[in-house]
Amino acid sequence: MSTDIKIRKGLTLRLKGAPTNTIKTAPPSTQFALKPTDFHGVFPKLVCKEGDAVQAGQPLFYSKYQDSIQFVSPASGTVKEIKRGAKRKVLEIVISADKKQQSVTHKLPSLDKITPEQIKERLLASGNWPFIKQRPYDIVANPNATPKAIFVSAVATAPLSAQYDVVLEGQQDAFQLGIDMLSKLSPNLHLSIGAKESSQIAQTKNCSIHRIKGPHPAGNVGVQIHHIDPMNAGETAWVVGAEDVANIGRFFQTGIFDASRTLAVAGHPLTSPCYYKSTIGALLEPLLDDVGAENLATLRVINGDVLTGTATSANGYVGYYNNTISVLPEGNRYRMFGWLPFAGPNIHSMSNTSLSWLFPKKQYTPDTNLNGEERALVVTGEMERVFPMDIYPMQLLKACMANDIEKMEQLGIYEVAPEDFALIDYANSSKIEAQAIIRDALDLMNKEVG
Amino acid sequence: MMLRKQIDRLKKPFAKGSKYERFAPAVNAFDTFLFVPNHTTQKGAHIRDAVDLKRTMVTVIIALIPALIYGIYNTGYQYFIQTGEAFTFLDAFLHGSFKILPMIAVSYGVGLAIEFAFAVYRGHEVNEGYLVTGLLIPMIMPVDIPLWMVGLSVAFAVFIAKEAFGGTGMNILNPALTARAFAFFAYPTYMSGNKVWVSEASNVDGISGETILGSLASGVNVDYSMFEMFSGAIPGSIAETSTLWVLVGAAILIFTGVGSWRIMLGGVIGAAAMGFLFNLWGANALMQFDWMNHLIVGGFAFGIVFMATDPVSAAQTVRGKWIYGILVGILCILIRVFNPAYPEGVMLAILLMNVFAPTIDHYVVQANVNRRLKRKQHSATVQTA
Repeated sequence: MSTDIKIRKGLTLRLKGAPTNTIKTAPPSTQFALKPTDFHGVFPKLVCKEGDAVQAGQPLFYSKYQDSIQFVSPASGTVKEIKRGAKRKVLEIVISADKKQQSVTHKLPSLDKITPEQIKERLLASGNWPFIKQRPYDIVANPNATPKAIFVSAVATAPLSAQYDVVLEGQQDAFQLGIDMLSKLSPNLHLSIGAKESSQIAQTKNCSIHRIKGPHPAGNVGVQIHHIDPMNAGETAWVVGAEDVANIGRFFQTGIFDASRTLAVAGHPLTSPCYYKSTIGALLEPLLDDVGAENLATLRVINGDVLTGTATSANGYVGYYNNTISVLPEGNRYRMFGWLPFAGPNIHSMSNTSLSWLFPKKQYTPDTNLNGEERALVVTGEMERVFPMDIYPMQLLKACMANDIEKMEQLGIYEVAPEDFALIDYANSSKIEAQAIIRDALDLMNKEVG
Repeated sequence: MMLRKQIDRLKKPFAKGSKYERFAPAVNAFDTFLFVPNHTTQKGAHIRDAVDLKRTMVTVIIALIPALIYGIYNTGYQYFIQTGEAFTFLDAFLHGSFKILPMIAVSYGVGLAIEFAFAVYRGHEVNEGYLVTGLLIPMIMPVDIPLWMVGLSVAFAVFIAKEAFGGTGMNILNPALTARAFAFFAYPTYMSGNKVWVSEASNVDGISGETILGSLASGVNVDYSMFEMFSGAIPGSIAETSTLWVLVGAAILIFTGVGSWRIMLGGVIGAAAMGFLFNLWGANALMQFDWMNHLIVGGFAFGIVFMATDPVSAAQTVRGKWIYGILVGILCILIRVFNPAYPEGVMLAILLMNVFAPTIDHYVVQANVNRRLKRKQHSATVQTA
């Protein structure tokens, strides 16, 4: 049983450097890191200190304001360093891996008779809970809330992003078990899949399946929620990444926290972009060496896709939630008269003030240049072209900039996440940082409304 | 990259922490016209579209050029027709250039000086919006207006219509039209009548250089053909006369997506419908004036293509743009026909609708808000049932 959802507005960016469908095993990582900054809004209370021996699955910190949520080590070894930033904010907990790789094993009741409370309790105790995020606010889910539905998106439309058909290959059983367990937490479990008929994921049971067609951001779970069962004020929905569902499934198979991560390492500066079986928190450098990245100093390494990811470096670590590592050349160069209409045919533009419309099939090789400077909001209508929700994005952004809580609520702040505004970041001619504005606004709403 | 190095050296005293840091926006304004800066994305999406505000504004200027060139030629053409001298195309063009280029220079000089001052004062970069405004203002003035009036109108528009509201992107009224409205009400003798529309008309006795709408309003018959009205070989404000070349500009704006076709089409529909209704009524010469001619005489075409579509002062929602455009069209013809003191209605129609555009948007957005509230109530009843 599946329903079709057709998204019309948006933009599928064609970029060079997409990964080939081969999956390699990642070269072993000597270090792992858990980054509290991956969990927006979580204030970490450490339960480890430098020099401690830890097993995989052992808690490293918990959330100060939701102390049942544990964050566990992705590998076993010793805590090598706790890296702190300004105001002693914890940035990274670095683990140097040992050879034995011991894991914490949790006792599980019989899966046939398991109750929702038991599932919730095991997920929290084992460190699987952070895989579940919530809407509104796009933060780690509040375990005390009752969600109206759980959404899983197995569609990726962002440029160069990992395709879930590849990611979930060979993980169908674990994925199904993860779905089974989650469906006990909420009877309304929605799984979105791509339009491809052959997809194995389409056979998944115990959930409503939606076939999503259309350009990016059709794969964004927020866009799907908007078209399946939109968020109203006061409602909560949970969101789980597709591979995280499989990880949860594997936990219920083995009782061991599973930090597996299938990564697409992609970008046009790479010689052989492809998929890797890796681990959350693994060091990126061996991966980048293997994929053929040269002149790393001139490149930007991104945890996530090129629209929503977080910049890191070759010395960084695999993020907690992303299935994609993107690599772009830095764009700190000048372009003489680059602002002239129709100048620079190698830089894509959605607007017809460039020649991009002549080459709809062309694959672009973008860099990180801003292609202009920030200006006041002048042009209207360009945001709406890439925003497939029944929401006025510019009006919402202006309400957010003015911190007008009542207006934000009226205009639909509960339905959006920063990632939904990524294409607005990309396409708006005033170079407004829409994702950052929405992130701040969501934090404000969370603080004021809760 | 020699030039780049030179510029970087020249810019050193304006760098952060240096002596003239405050004046950096003024220097950057020139630098960024030579080079797109080397700024990279620091937050948000890591890649960005090639379009920026500079490119958008320059596209509008390109769209204005055909009408401007024709306006320059027509200025000379009207002058020589009036004096009866023999002339070539070049003569006409030179006469027009001699009249109009100083006006453009004054408009840019005064306007950009104020813009730069405000950018330095507020500590933000210079916005490119004035490049369009500064060209529009001379294009919609009568040719014989003294240069100091141009300068004063520009100053009024930039201060009162733009910076007083917070600068680019915040203004309620279209700055270029505000400049014209200022001149229109402050110096009516230079802005209306039958001696201002043709170059040097006040020095040449006995020849009427009245605009078509002016003649109609005072009950005089019009002896221009429809082709003359369309091509623009008629008296009027500098660049408004040629519907043909305005349409070329409209095509550029619509194709590049810079100008809203919804506003333009809405305006044409509104004006045509209103003109047609008056044709049916037909109580006086103005009402009998063919609705098609209404679209091609006076400033209607220029106004609806270049002024009504100003994205800041127009309605901003899709539905709002339709309503706004149609109302501009209707009001323009209404003012033309019912108020002979203002033979041209498009300026006042657009300014009036500028004021109402936020109201239109408010109701369009409110419909969206109500839809959301209704959905919430619906889901609440489903849950309790």
